[in-house]
Amino acid sequence: MSADTPPSSGENSPSDDVADLRAQIEALETEVSDLRSEVDEGNADKMVIIATKGTLDMAYPPLILASTAAAFGYDVTVFHTFWGLEILHEENSKDLGLSSVGNPNMPVPNAIAALPGMDRMTARMMRNRIEDNDVASVEELIETSLASGVDLQACQMTIDLLGYDEDDFYDGVTTGVGAASAFQDMADADIQLLV
Amino acid sequence: MSTETATETLDVKGQNCPMPVIKTKGAFDGLAAGDVLEIVSTDSGSMSDIKGWAESTDGAEMVDQEEATEDGTAVYKHYVRKAE
Repeated sequence: MSADTPPSSGENSPSDDVADLRAQIEALETEVSDLRSEVDEGNADKMVIIATKGTLDMAYPPLILASTAAAFGYDVTVFHTFWGLEILHEENSKDLGLSSVGNPNMPVPNAIAALPGMDRMTARMMRNRIEDNDVASVEELIETSLASGVDLQACQMTIDLLGYDEDDFYDGVTTGVGAASAFQDMADADIQLLV
Repeated sequence: MSTETATETLDVKGQNCPMPVIKTKGAFDGLAAGDVLEIVSTDSGSMSDIKGWAESTDGAEMVDQEEATEDGTAVYKHYVRKAE
């Protein structure tokens, strides 16, 4: 078949094929660039921590990880529920408790640790150690986290349950949020932790 | 690398984890392109932490890290450049 043979009916000429391919490539390029911009929009790395504990030792892991992740450019939400609320309570956060009872890593036997006043002493010893080791206070870490854009949330159900008022919490703390918003945040996040 | 090449110095001596990294990020954001930030820390963990932070932060390049002794105390110096 020579090059100038007219195409038989029902078949596309080579130039039509090329035009078809071009159109397909253009459509694919548009699709790829649309997908790419969609991916870029939702590109911010995200971490969600659920903070459920309110003792002096357990206040640290969520706050340290949250402020550090913010320094790495992550969008961070910490959802505080049950005793985790104590961390965000402006007054209580400065006096978080700690007990040696049931903690085999503490050098005090349970029978003695259970005596009145021992929990306060244990917490005071820990607070002194924290200060002696140049570790930031809970209050400093909260202020740092808020300044770094971390969203510190106080679970509304537990605010009501524990009889707190929204004004009891640090300025900048988000209230009026529940399990559904925490869940949505977790579903979108790259890292989810329960502390 | 010496202090003369650093454009700015961040002193985080006497501050422990996670503060050196967080303050580094704050100071780095305020740099102009090409600037070098010197971070002086007494936290030995900052050697790994600030290196890791620089590696995963766009536009941050770890130029040098060194250990020195000042007034009998170990200090850890880090030099981070902001990309042009």
